[in-house]
Amino acid sequence: MYAIIEIGYLVATLSFLGGLKFMSSPKNAKTGNLIAAMGMVLAVVLTFVAAITATVPYTNLIIMLLAIAGGTVIGRRLSSKVEMTGMPQLVSLFNATGGGCAMLLGLVEANQMDPVTTILGNKILLIAGLITGAIALTGSIIAERKLAGKVKDRRSKTVIFSARILLGLMVLLPVLYFIGIIPIGFTAFMYILATLAMVYGVLFVLPIGGADMPVVISLLNSITGIATAFAGFVYGNKAMIAGGIFVGAAGILLTILMCKAMNRSLLKVLAGTFKKSKTGAVEEEQEIKEISVSETALSLSFAQKVAIVPGYGLAVAQAQHICGQLQQLLEKRHVGVDYIIHPVAGRMPGHMNVLLAEANVEYSHLKEMDEGNENMEQYDAVLVIGANDVVNPAAENNPDSPVYGMPIIRVYESKQVIVMKRSMGKGYAGVQNDLFGLDNCSILFGDAKASLQEIVTQLKLI
Amino acid sequence: MDFINQHIQEIYFVIFCVFIGIEVIANVPAILHTPLMSGANAISGVILVGAIIVMLRVPADDYLNLTLGGIAVFLGTLNISGGFFVTGRMLKMFSPKK
Repeated sequence: MYAIIEIGYLVATLSFLGGLKFMSSPKNAKTGNLIAAMGMVLAVVLTFVAAITATVPYTNLIIMLLAIAGGTVIGRRLSSKVEMTGMPQLVSLFNATGGGCAMLLGLVEANQMDPVTTILGNKILLIAGLITGAIALTGSIIAERKLAGKVKDRRSKTVIFSARILLGLMVLLPVLYFIGIIPIGFTAFMYILATLAMVYGVLFVLPIGGADMPVVISLLNSITGIATAFAGFVYGNKAMIAGGIFVGAAGILLTILMCKAMNRSLLKVLAGTFKKSKTGAVEEEQEIKEISVSETALSLSFAQKVAIVPGYGLAVAQAQHICGQLQQLLEKRHVGVDYIIHPVAGRMPGHMNVLLAEANVEYSHLKEMDEGNENMEQYDAVLVIGANDVVNPAAENNPDSPVYGMPIIRVYESKQVIVMKRSMGKGYAGVQNDLFGLDNCSILFGDAKASLQEIVTQLKLI
Repeated sequence: MDFINQHIQEIYFVIFCVFIGIEVIANVPAILHTPLMSGANAISGVILVGAIIVMLRVPADDYLNLTLGGIAVFLGTLNISGGFFVTGRMLKMFSPKK
């Protein structure tokens, strides 16, 4: 019996790995998700089979089954209702539930185990799992509220300072406790730590700016994974360890990727600091060429290859569906259309791709930044919609600019650039965009959705 | 030291998992980073296994811990079911259309 269960956990572990492996191509990814999900069901069922004995009280069983049923139904409902633009919020929310589970697990386990016979190592693991879980819980909730626009950044010194003190306490207190200086029971101590960690989670996310959210949610995701791995260690359960570590690795990788794409160091993101524009750098007057809707439609229809560079502004304007229509119209006229997507376009890693996929854009048209840059000269026209900083050439040639060093989509290398803008406002980083002054760049003023709609109407007439 | 002796296998296991995990995940294209994240998120719901184990050990009259454990199981399940369902929904949009 024991061997069968161990093999079952092995299969579950492999299914997680296989599921992630299948994610390397859009074609197989759906199968991968299914495999991982089946592995998960297997792991849960096995745990039941292994842990249930005749002595398990009915009360526990009933509560547990109700909790599982409720969780399944509500999870399914939440996931089928969400708008694709709201995906970062939902992922944060689910991340919070994982963290909450890890934290509660630590509390209940601390109560069940014998504080005398349990070895120190397991206690430390339990504490580590509890703290990481609690941070992921409250941190993700604040991240979710921020993404939903309900909570504003608080970059005050007190918040950052208190967060650091708490972090220190969470390391110091367990040390003092194990030396024997703090004379309270282990369970009570765990409750104190959980409270501290939950407060820390809030203070840790509060000062982080809205533009840095993709970094934070990747990081929180990885923290939940690590919490799971700690718990797996306590139970000696390899499926839990492996699952947790894979998630931790995925989260860390995405965190690093997002930091690179924004040219920000993780420490600076966490400290909530933003590079200030150097004083003395005089903003040059730009001469800007305007372009009308009909001119835009005309140049698009006479182009052979068109690239669209979407930014989050596109999603805010809910214009991705019209963008898809525009593409279909152009393709009917044998104009090739590609989308070039910057890694930080959107509010979480890869978010823009999901939004476009929802608008029926096939993934073969979605190009990553590097691929787009390599072929930039081939594009007769590039349409920049709701993006600003990610196409700013100052990032490459102006060391004084706050965006300097950030990898950009080099739209200025194409034959013609048309930037759709609501007004002459600045981008997220509050920086002047040198692109607008270039000879091959013109600006189409107006609301992105309305302008796209007009272009589509005009194209139908041409 | 006891701890190292008891857990040396797991320590090896963790190190291998880190390397394999990074290797596999680095191959995921940027297009799929959102589903990767929500899928990974669902996988971290495997913490539910621990919640179930501990829940079955709580004495039936320990109401505080039964409640906490029940919430833990609920949250873990929510994480798993929501995570996999939403990932599936996203990936469906990426499948080739006729």
